[in-house]
Amino acid sequence: MDFSFMLSAFLRLLPGIPLTLQLAVISIALGITLALFLALLRLSRIKPLEWMARAYVFVFRSTPLLVQIFLVYYGPGQFPALRHSILWPILREPYWCAIIALALNTGAYGSEIIRGGLQSVPHGQVEAARAFGMGRLQIFGRIVLPLAVRQALPAYGNEIILMVKATALGSVITLMEVTGLAAKMISETYRAIEVFVVAGCIYLVINFLVTRLIQLVEHWLSPHLRSAPISTGFEKKVAA
Amino acid sequence: MNALSQQKSAIAGTAPAVRIRDLRKSYGALEVLKGVSLDAHDGEVVSILGSSGSGKSTMLRCVNMLETPTAGEVSIGGETIRMKQTRSGSLPADTRQVDRLRARIGMVFQGFNLWSHKTVLENVIEAPIYVQGRSRAECVEEARELLSKVGISSKAHDYPSRLSGGQQQRAAIARALAQRPHVMLFDEPTSALDPELVGEVLKVMRTLAQEGRTMLVVTHEMGFAQEVSNKVIFLHKGIVAEEGTPAEVFGATCSEHFRRFLAR
Repeated sequence: MDFSFMLSAFLRLLPGIPLTLQLAVISIALGITLALFLALLRLSRIKPLEWMARAYVFVFRSTPLLVQIFLVYYGPGQFPALRHSILWPILREPYWCAIIALALNTGAYGSEIIRGGLQSVPHGQVEAARAFGMGRLQIFGRIVLPLAVRQALPAYGNEIILMVKATALGSVITLMEVTGLAAKMISETYRAIEVFVVAGCIYLVINFLVTRLIQLVEHWLSPHLRSAPISTGFEKKVAA
Repeated sequence: MNALSQQKSAIAGTAPAVRIRDLRKSYGALEVLKGVSLDAHDGEVVSILGSSGSGKSTMLRCVNMLETPTAGEVSIGGETIRMKQTRSGSLPADTRQVDRLRARIGMVFQGFNLWSHKTVLENVIEAPIYVQGRSRAECVEEARELLSKVGISSKAHDYPSRLSGGQQQRAAIARALAQRPHVMLFDEPTSALDPELVGEVLKVMRTLAQEGRTMLVVTHEMGFAQEVSNKVIFLHKGIVAEEGTPAEVFGATCSEHFRRFLAR
């Protein structure tokens, strides 16, 4: 392998990192908001809302993200009404189209993770909050959500990593993030392996850092789970 | 002291701390409570006995509307909880009234139900700060006193998962006391505990009884019921089968059902 070429590839791909991160961070932030909203609809016990959330999750989980990105990017242009609406400045930008598609997609996955977290909250702890006179919003904000977040975080970490990688699909709608720059460089040099290895390594490093960050947050949020070392039953034998 | 406070409230004509009238509760076709009534006056300790399925926990949980009765009336300190009839059954008409009353009713659960993401101290100060709106400094100070009262001040900054069952239940009692409750409800507070941990919880409850606190206790601890309470009621198949002082209920004249219950 040609290491000096790989170094120059690395330097060419480096400027793509901010865009990759922007796509990931913004779409994840929007996606979490959407996910929470969908999870609440799903658990609202109001049938029409529940079914709306179900249908949403079904559609967005069962179709390829790439197709969703194409639809958001090419779709609205077909409707003159949209082309002349105030949304057009946003919808005509590939940047925002990618973010919208990514957010809509991760919202569907995230809502299932959050729903699992919300459902895992022990009933007794909610009941205690009720018995102490806490109102619905207080119970949700101070008891249910904190417990649900702690429960959902490991799974959500997974989703965040998937999202960082999914930003690569932005390259197919002209975005020059890491993968976009890599594809462009290959079309100029025809040296696919070196360039893609470098691109892959960049994602590897980003996700390594993301993983550590999630672990840190998990650690910080769950002192209550770091209880006394679990007894294995072997200690007594040793002592005896 | 209990007799005295009872007398005082009688003289002043004050309403009982808890008053239950003709309470009924059905789950579908199953009628768990078939019209029970109870008065608990200020400073009284009322033990509610009964075999499982007799409706004793349901009755207790109706006091603070954790269960909504199908029919009947519950009053706390003379204030009757307003109910409304809906298609899905009877419900409290005003949730804010219920929340306000709940804020001064301490409840201790069989399964402790401490908030697992908060330390013991945070558990104790939660409701005083966020429900009663008292200052944090004041609540923390009071919480420390309460924790030392129940004998777990060294655990203030531990999470509930690090505590033994007995310690968790004592923390839960401190949490209930921190509300400065008018009435305390105990729903089988020792039933989930290992036998060797029951004593430490009962000891705390005895202290509270001696202080003249108003307590409703659903329990299987016959010793506690007999020695500590002013009044004992025995539920059998959803009705009050026995009612009176411990001496009366546990005395020679007790009913066949109750004798069979004791013999178990």
